[in-house]
Amino acid sequence: MFKYILKRVGFIFISLFFIVTITFFLMQAAPGGPFTSERKVPPKIEEQLNEAYGLDEPLIIQYKDYLVNIVKWDFGPSFKQKGQSVNDIINRSFKYSLILGFEAIFLALSVGVFLGVLAALYHNKFGDYAAMIFAVLGISVPSFILAAVLQYTFAFKLGLFPIAKFDSFMHSILPAVALATTPLAFIARLMRASMLEVLNSDYIKTAKAKGLSSRVTIYRHGIRNAILPVVSYLGPLVTAILTGSFIIEKIFAIPGLGNEFVESITNRDYTVIMGTTVFFSILLLFSILIVDIIYGLIDPRIKITGSKGDQ
Amino acid sequence: MNWRKWSLLLTIVFAMSMFLAACGGGDDADTDTDGEANDTEEASGDEELADEQELSVNIKTEPPSLHPGTSTDTTSSAVLDQVFEGLTRVNQDNEVEEGMAESWDISDDELTYTFHLREDATWSNGDPVTASDFEYAWKWVLDPENADTDYAYQLYPIKGAEDAKEDDGSLDDVGITAEDDHTLVVELEQPTEYFLELTAFYTYYPLNEDVVSENKDWATDAGDDYVTNGPFQLVSWDHKDNIVIEKNEDYWDADTVKLETITMHMIDDENTALQMYENDDIDWIGDPTDSVPLAAIPTMKDADELEISDRAGVYYYSFNTEEEPFDNENIRKAFAYSLDRTSIVENITQGEQKPATALVPPSIFEENEEGYFEDNDVDTAKEYLEKGLDELGIDELPTIKLSYNTDEGHAAIAQAAQDIWKKELEVEVELNNEEWNVFLDSLGEGDYQVGRMGWIADFNDAINFLEIFETVGGNNYTNWEDEEFQKLIKESRSELDTDKRREILRDAEEIFMDHMPIAPVYFYTNLYAFKDNVKNITVSPIGNIQYKWGYITEE
Repeated sequence: MFKYILKRVGFIFISLFFIVTITFFLMQAAPGGPFTSERKVPPKIEEQLNEAYGLDEPLIIQYKDYLVNIVKWDFGPSFKQKGQSVNDIINRSFKYSLILGFEAIFLALSVGVFLGVLAALYHNKFGDYAAMIFAVLGISVPSFILAAVLQYTFAFKLGLFPIAKFDSFMHSILPAVALATTPLAFIARLMRASMLEVLNSDYIKTAKAKGLSSRVTIYRHGIRNAILPVVSYLGPLVTAILTGSFIIEKIFAIPGLGNEFVESITNRDYTVIMGTTVFFSILLLFSILIVDIIYGLIDPRIKITGSKGDQ
Repeated sequence: MNWRKWSLLLTIVFAMSMFLAACGGGDDADTDTDGEANDTEEASGDEELADEQELSVNIKTEPPSLHPGTSTDTTSSAVLDQVFEGLTRVNQDNEVEEGMAESWDISDDELTYTFHLREDATWSNGDPVTASDFEYAWKWVLDPENADTDYAYQLYPIKGAEDAKEDDGSLDDVGITAEDDHTLVVELEQPTEYFLELTAFYTYYPLNEDVVSENKDWATDAGDDYVTNGPFQLVSWDHKDNIVIEKNEDYWDADTVKLETITMHMIDDENTALQMYENDDIDWIGDPTDSVPLAAIPTMKDADELEISDRAGVYYYSFNTEEEPFDNENIRKAFAYSLDRTSIVENITQGEQKPATALVPPSIFEENEEGYFEDNDVDTAKEYLEKGLDELGIDELPTIKLSYNTDEGHAAIAQAAQDIWKKELEVEVELNNEEWNVFLDSLGEGDYQVGRMGWIADFNDAINFLEIFETVGGNNYTNWEDEEFQKLIKESRSELDTDKRREILRDAEEIFMDHMPIAPVYFYTNLYAFKDNVKNITVSPIGNIQYKWGYITEE
């Protein structure tokens, strides 16, 4: 087990190195720079700017300096938000994304699994159709439309929630719902399909034949096996929710990290681009690792140590 | 793992959160109805000051910098103009009035300004504001060691300033001298008619030398080191979220200042901001720091909610005069004359913008309401086209590429231009949109034929628009320059007489319009709306907003 994790962490660092390298050169290849603006800065002043931020050095030196700084976990100063370091920016905005993301994942998981199981149990009955109509709607309506609709009806018309900002738990509900709906619907469909398969399998029949109550059959034998695809979907989901919240953050005026991630690219704010990319990559790689470990814990058939089962 | 327990727990927690949501929602609904109840108790509309002088506005984004020396944008200036004060301040009627300087003397050659500072002006930490604070601040900006000072060129009218910043000149030779604590003498490179307006600009704000030289990060957060001298002071700054400023009781003119607290939210999405405005969460939407959503403009205009004022800015199509066929003046004229600006303004932008047939906005040159030619003058355009084609020796125009940066509004205007050029000039126009930085890059490299551009003045003077086109490079993407034009611009710089200077600048504009290196489309306007009880806050033509004189009345 320990050896396996060590090996995986090693791979994470290799992937990170490639991500950093590719992002760095792609970013430099994009036209325009951080100091391009509608109002041209006098050339001399631009030179001084480039010098101050080390952009006058040859690319390879910049690249080397950058790698060294990443190892030290120092992403340098932001080019656009003067006086603020990228570490500051990540530290202050990640907590918003984290809270919002956590709520959304919680919602998506609990409701999604519930709907999926419900649909499977009432296969081809009203419950199934209702849950699946909901799921299809959830997948097809883009989150920004849903966000606007939720905001308009529940906050503006009914006045049940604040319209925007992120000051209290109440503020977080609408954005979390908007963010959760697509993955929720996806989880529901995933859960339904795998639950149906599980319910038709031999061991469920055996369990029923043994005279186990239907509740025990469903919970202990059914869901536990059917949840596996959902767990493997969790890894990418965590990162997708944390990074993909840009639109939701914009609509609900939340100062989160998704916003910084997208805006830094428009601004060619090199250090912020690199900082957020590295940060998100680490998040993605580690959440995949954690999912793999959980996977092994749930399903004894998966042997993550390669030698013997771990339970 | 025991899934039964797990799912039970999940269900309970979920049910609980729904329950909590429902409860909390009730509270919120209550406060809302209370708010409406207050609204209906309308007073007779007399100007009685409300007890709570609190204003809530939207500045849209995080101000990139709250250091007067390094900021370059409207969002930052919307904060800085409230918390700092320069030697002068531009008031609600766009006139220069005394700020930190109580009075000033100008030498006969208009090259030396002597400012007499108020004795009672203090910083928010109690230190007196002295002439050396100004000297320190300005020289800080001009010090080549200090990068991020993009707007240093705003100080270039001062003698030796450009030299010190760009050509290794000594900072000691810059014409800024603090004679004593309350006398500041400034020598200029050449007479600058708008210099007193410049001293109200944020790059010219003073800095408290003791605090600033101790802590180079003084301006990154609110706190003891964020020392200011304006009518308000910074109380809190939650990055990307909101900024709160409060009245500065020690401000020399504190009696005038009525507003106690101003909360500046950072809501990026225009529609969200509009909903918050309609929900009374914010008191002001639109210019200068935000914009009213395009879709809401007609309804708001009908409801008479929208305020519209002139803005010193022009939206134009820049011709690349080195690319065929725009190297030909008559072709350029044909394109410029045929545009149907009135329809663009009425049907697309819808913000009561003024069709532009001149370079300098009417808030500076009133005559330019009329402009130099008639809008949508198709007949003349066709004549020019004919002439141009003859000169180029071709029968018909090649396909033209019209470039703009990706944006719904720019796209709609470009389509209107494409349509009319195709109809009237029988030319195929290809639309080409590029991401902002890529677009600026293409324009800078001359890799375009017709490109969208805009210019908004830093100060209300015609030179601001004309000097862009003085030489090729910088903000002049047209590759056009003209000796006679350059001569007139130069002449205007040494002309002391206001009327004569204006004449010279008008002549320069006429030459410019005669060569038509750009096709002006419209002059910008400020579009904004505010609650009925918000009084005496206006937006200036250069997009400044000042809360110093604002107040809230009882409803």
